[in-house]
Amino acid sequence: MSMDTESGNGRTTAREVATTAARGLALALVSLPGAVLCFVLSAVSVALIPVGVGIVTTPWVLTGVRAFADRRRLLAARWGGVRIPRAYRPLPKDAGPWARTFGMLADPATWRDLRWLPVDMTAGFLTALLPAVLVLYPLEGLTIAAGLWRVLPDGYWYGFVPVTGQASALAAGALGAVLLASAPRLTPPLLRGHFRLARAVLGSPQGELAERVRVLTETRQVAVDASAAELRRIERDLHDGAQARLVAMGMDLGTVEMLLDKDPAKARELLAQARRSSADALAELRDLVRGIHPPVLAERGLGDAVRALALRMPLATEVTVDLDGRAEAPVESAAYFAVSELLANAVKHADADRIWIDLHHVAEGAGVLRVTVTDNGRGGAAVEPGSGLAGVERRLGTFDGVLAVSSPAGGPTMVTLEIPCALS
Amino acid sequence: MRVVLAEDLFLLRDGLVRLLEAYGFEIAAAVESGPELTRALAELKPDVAVVDVRLPPTHTDEGLQCALRARRERPGLPVLVLSQHVEQLYARELLADGSGAVGYLLKDRVFDADQFVDAVRRVAAGGTAMDPQVIQQLLTRRAAGDRPLGRLTPREIEVLELMAQGRSNTAIAAQLVVTERAIAKHTSNIFAKLGLEVSDDDNRRVLAVLAYLDQGH
Repeated sequence: MSMDTESGNGRTTAREVATTAARGLALALVSLPGAVLCFVLSAVSVALIPVGVGIVTTPWVLTGVRAFADRRRLLAARWGGVRIPRAYRPLPKDAGPWARTFGMLADPATWRDLRWLPVDMTAGFLTALLPAVLVLYPLEGLTIAAGLWRVLPDGYWYGFVPVTGQASALAAGALGAVLLASAPRLTPPLLRGHFRLARAVLGSPQGELAERVRVLTETRQVAVDASAAELRRIERDLHDGAQARLVAMGMDLGTVEMLLDKDPAKARELLAQARRSSADALAELRDLVRGIHPPVLAERGLGDAVRALALRMPLATEVTVDLDGRAEAPVESAAYFAVSELLANAVKHADADRIWIDLHHVAEGAGVLRVTVTDNGRGGAAVEPGSGLAGVERRLGTFDGVLAVSSPAGGPTMVTLEIPCALS
Repeated sequence: MRVVLAEDLFLLRDGLVRLLEAYGFEIAAAVESGPELTRALAELKPDVAVVDVRLPPTHTDEGLQCALRARRERPGLPVLVLSQHVEQLYARELLADGSGAVGYLLKDRVFDADQFVDAVRRVAAGGTAMDPQVIQQLLTRRAAGDRPLGRLTPREIEVLELMAQGRSNTAIAAQLVVTERAIAKHTSNIFAKLGLEVSDDDNRRVLAVLAYLDQGH
């Protein structure tokens, strides 16, 4: 919901002010009786716990309170852009009334709800009502100036203006006009103030932290699994490849030593074989190193590593690099392998004949590395579970990175990835 | 022929010194870091430099950068770059000034002493020596999206590969076990099909091939 109070379009602004005022009024009308009802029911239900009835009713009442609070969370996000994290502890599914009651009462979030209810019926009510007042009160001033002053009793005050005759009525009208003119600037912050107040009381300081912990736990698991699998692959490749070839080479050389006098021709043949083995072992080690940490990446950094990657592509690939420094090695590596995977995807599935890669760093805030890979293929790529894109997305998650795919059927496909990082 | 050698691993440096001496080269200096290499190239003015890409103190592409800098000061200074891996990106940087006398080989190529020494001599004489891997990559890439290469016969592709590495007609004939006349016929066919200018000069011939393989990007 945009709250563009600086909008040059007068009609839009007027409509926005009216909408905001109407929303505030609706909120005020709902929050007062709703909060009072919830609060009274909760108090009664908790008070009845010692006599047993409360055990049965409390879970129901508290669930209702949560629904009431959730509704406000939703409106806060939709109308005010204010996120109030939800941090209720999960209850076991088959818990009895007793466990449910005491489980809910032991949850700090429940007490935050109950503390919020009195705030919502007082300060919350007022902050929600203010936008509407700010719109309606000036209208009163204008009607006074228009002639309503004649029927008003003596000693009527409009704001700080005592209404006694036409002159003071006009002053009241002017005050109303000033108030009305300031409404576009004041109503949105007032409504947001209502939601901010709700967040201050209702939002758990740990809500966002809890969410963060969940994400970190998940991505750590992915990282641990991925690196374990990677280590196994490296171990297997070394064991079956280079290591085996070196052993064979040693055996050949041993045989050569023995054959040197008896059968020089055979010895020469084996020597040639040993040399081939050593070349093969080197080639395998080279491939392995490229898979762990590409040499160009170590030597030149991400920009040139991606350029070198593009040169190996079987189709025309254009690279634009705008990086004035190097990111940390793990970030560079993650970005490189993500690009490599995206390129492989484009070659395999997209049926494209051109690829554009754009690398740049946005220095604002903490900084973001943004890489875009675009191809002119047939489109239809999606982040589906088990797909290469989902794998890239999960691995970027370890670095708080995100992946966005735009790939309408018929193309083009544009994949953007962002990793928060600073360059040095 | 005087050689300056830069390689940070003692075992390899020692091996290269022995190998080159066995083939009659004179080792003017065998150094192990970038700054030492820069100094040796400036002071000793060797006939050819054999340089490892990755050198201390940075352990990045220090060797390549030193070689490129030295060639900017002394254009045409023969440099043969050795590397644990070959990248087209580096090959292009070496070839970029168009003055030839450069080589870029995988370290593995020293296993075949004759061919390696041949490459050193070729570079020293102003020719080029490109690693077969670089050429292979270029060829597959061109073949994927380009028609003229498709018009070449398999034999001509083979000849083109060897030619792009920097081999002379004599060397190509020896490798493919055919007569030099046959190779001469193949090369003129290749030049005609690819629209390249015919040239007797080995070095210009390679640059023309590489320029063709590289064009359009």
